Amino acid sequence: MDVSGLAGLAAGIGAGLTIIGGALGIGKLAASAMDASGRQPEAAGAIRTSMIIAAALIEGISLFALVICFILAGK
Amino acid sequence: MIDSTSTQVIVDSLKNTKSASSSDWILHHVMDGNYLDFSPFFKVYLPHFELFGIDLSITRHVLFMWLGALLLFIVMTRVAKAYKTSLVPKGFINLWEVFIVFVRDEIAKPTIGKGFEKFLPYLLTAFFFILFGNFIGLIPFSATFTSNIAVTATMAIFSFIITQYGGMRNNGVFGYFKGLIPHGVPVLLLPIMIVVEFLGLLTKPFALAIRLFANMTAGHIVVYALISLIFVMQNIAWAGLAIPMALFIYILEILVALLQAYIFTILSGLFIGMAVHQEH
Repeated sequence: MDVSGLAGLAAGIGAGLTIIGGALGIGKLAASAMDASGRQPEAAGAIRTSMIIAAALIEGISLFALVICFILAGK
Repeated sequence: MIDSTSTQVIVDSLKNTKSASSSDWILHHVMDGNYLDFSPFFKVYLPHFELFGIDLSITRHVLFMWLGALLLFIVMTRVAKAYKTSLVPKGFINLWEVFIVFVRDEIAKPTIGKGFEKFLPYLLTAFFFILFGNFIGLIPFSATFTSNIAVTATMAIFSFIITQYGGMRNNGVFGYFKGLIPHGVPVLLLPIMIVVEFLGLLTKPFALAIRLFANMTAGHIVVYALISLIFVMQNIAWAGLAIPMALFIYILEILVALLQAYIFTILSGLFIGMAVHQEH
């Protein structure tokens, strides 16, 4: 049985799962950051900077998974 | 439960969609190649060049990287020269001062803190090099050299070397490696902690390289995928949906181009700051 086509299926499912995880992480992060800068508007600048850094780290992890999906899709 | 017959059906249907899809066409545009692509008009093939059996031919990305570096050199020497005559910037120079001051005050100073001046030239170079690369990639018929893993990995290695050098210089070689391990860790845990911290050291530049590469590649793939919707459906009416969506992603890419330059620089600065001023 030829299973090379299943790599494409795995890539699709993997990309979907990655997006779910990344979106949950960044959503939670943004919600907390908005909350914090709403409570303390004078600290909004510092909160925004650390939010972008944390978002970049989350994004980095999800992009690792997406690169694996790219490799799988190319199989 | 999937038995072998239904698996075969899935595999076959996947194969059919794959051969009919435009993924090859997209990858040809995103990846490096030995020709300049002016499709649908013509292609300009670049010369092949080999040295000691290693392929050193100038590819699309190399050519556009040189172009970016040249542009960067011309712009920045002009900016530097302008400050010799007058410290008050005017017109074109003013634009670049905004970016340079932004990198200094918003990136280098808060992340590195004391002694940031030594690392400022590197951070500025990285920021503008990535910025130029990202924006050159948005021009039609050009290529994004920051979507090449070799380019981003080299830049991440530079960040890594500068981080280690800065850390060792400020804390001493022994003090730097000692400072990597949190204070007051039980002796029994030390073998694990040393391995974990050492791996943590290496994942940072890896993440930097992958982040920039994947962000720039993914954006372009999305634009091409939306455009290829017209060809997959073989109906020009799809252009009414595909073109506005591709345009939206394209405009989003302008934001991403700026954001990725900012993120690469701020994370480099953060890592340098963590190495230079270790917590005890």
